[in-house]
Amino acid sequence: MKAAKGTVFKYGDNVDTDVIIPARYLNSSDPAELAAHCMEDIDSGFVGKVQKGDIIVATKNFGCGSSREHAPIAIKAAGVSCVIAETFARIFYRNAINIGLPIVECPEAAAEIDAGDTVEVNFDTGVITDVTKGTTYQGQAFPEFMQKIIAAEGLVNYINHGK
Amino acid sequence: MGMTMTQKILAAHAGLDRVEAGQLIEADLDLVLGNDITSPVAIKEMEKMKVDGVFDRDKIALVPDHFVPNKDIKSAEHCKCVREFAYRNKITNYFEVGEMGIEHALLPEKGLTVAGDVIIGADSHTCTYGALGAFSTGVGSTDMAAGMATGKAWFKVPSAIKFNLVGKPAEWVSGKDVILHIIGMIGVDGALYKSMEFVGEGVANLTMDDRFTIANMAIEAGGKNGIFPVDELAIAYMKEHSDRPYTVYEADEDAVYDEEYTIDLSALRPTIAFPHLPENTKTIDEIKEDIAIDQVVIGSCTNGRIDDMRTAAKVLKGRHVAKGLRCIVIPATQAVYLQAMEEGLLKIFVEAGAVVSTPTCGPCLGGYMGILAQGERCVSTTNRNFVGRMGHVESEIYLASPAVAAASAVAGRISCPCRLN
Repeated sequence: MKAAKGTVFKYGDNVDTDVIIPARYLNSSDPAELAAHCMEDIDSGFVGKVQKGDIIVATKNFGCGSSREHAPIAIKAAGVSCVIAETFARIFYRNAINIGLPIVECPEAAAEIDAGDTVEVNFDTGVITDVTKGTTYQGQAFPEFMQKIIAAEGLVNYINHGK
Repeated sequence: MGMTMTQKILAAHAGLDRVEAGQLIEADLDLVLGNDITSPVAIKEMEKMKVDGVFDRDKIALVPDHFVPNKDIKSAEHCKCVREFAYRNKITNYFEVGEMGIEHALLPEKGLTVAGDVIIGADSHTCTYGALGAFSTGVGSTDMAAGMATGKAWFKVPSAIKFNLVGKPAEWVSGKDVILHIIGMIGVDGALYKSMEFVGEGVANLTMDDRFTIANMAIEAGGKNGIFPVDELAIAYMKEHSDRPYTVYEADEDAVYDEEYTIDLSALRPTIAFPHLPENTKTIDEIKEDIAIDQVVIGSCTNGRIDDMRTAAKVLKGRHVAKGLRCIVIPATQAVYLQAMEEGLLKIFVEAGAVVSTPTCGPCLGGYMGILAQGERCVSTTNRNFVGRMGHVESEIYLASPAVAAASAVAGRISCPCRLN
């Protein structure tokens, strides 16, 4: 599987799906339109700054709240290559896997990585490297079942391929 | 090692004698739910799947409720997409404006959710049906699509937290106060990935509407589901509303729980969650400051049922909302609306200076029908008070029960019925 490398945007606890993509934009389901408002209510400068491949790092309970799949869709369409967090809210976790947005749980990395750091994530090994700081962390590997869904690039392909 | 209520339901739907926490299973679904926000994405995903149609047209519920009656052209297009899909696939349980209600109030009322079911819904508050002893949980649109196509979903079997309820709530204390108290105690991720099982002799002192409210907000503690045992009251509710057979699952005596709490319902006080997290709770007695408010919302999948309307009307009867305050009352379904009308509750609301809306999720998620301007404050019976949830990022939401919300509407500041003249 491929790796991610990019600059870090750092957030705290309980980043909810309402700030990831406010409901006032949910009259659209177009990924590009959603991406244009990604993180708007927590970081209004995000969309202007984010580059393809960048990485979001947050602490606990990332993606809590609504079940809107528009949240991981907006993040993915904004160009983010991976989200690292101490923990994820469970519906966001499922949704990210189902649409093929790579996510990694790693409390140590979530605590120590700072905004602006350059970070690499190897999806095969789960190893996270903070290139700026010269530190490495072992992220939690997915169970085999989920790896298959990720390898198929989402649940739809997984089902189409007869599992 | 025994199983919890949730584990037993999941085992039965996976064709297994037993399951344990952490096990990955594939379970048969009794119902797959979607609304006007999540279904269009699911429909698009389902079209990519190599399937002929839905797995069972009787086991899918499509409820446009978030932005209906259509709030703008884009919303109208979403609703049209759902409507056309429903007609094309001959979906039995598609609810048009005039029949619809807020999904989690509507489905139990229509008899579509009963004890022992496994239900997924592309809406986080799908956990509501645990009040009837079902396993129900929120998922995203792709899971909904796969559920509609295959009738199955994968789950990681959850561990559980047990809440042993004892005692009887005092006057003006309701299910909302119970669940806000619990979220305040364990935090917004206190039950992350877990079942919240509500048991004990105190359950008998909670109405069905109280239980729906409690199960509804399990997600606000991060829970996978909330569930109640099935007692005579739950059976009476199901018999009144549904022809479907139900199955009662009880937790084994040696079921294992990660944590156990005892909640004395008689000790609870009206509880309010301050901005911007449902865990920021204070009892009415702990609020020392005077918090003036601009708006009150009474409704939603959390608190738009008939008990909630009756409580609000009891407070508002013969009183008037404070000058300059907007009070918006939203009965959750057409049946609740009609019942409230027949009981004279709507007259009480209008005479008190409140407005009454057709069923919609509108203001709860900042869609329409009560958006807040910069700096405004709202006391709301809804379920989330995140930054910008009901409008401007610098507005504030205080979550509370219908009793507290109605009293606050009269006072123009956070209050409770016992403090009104």
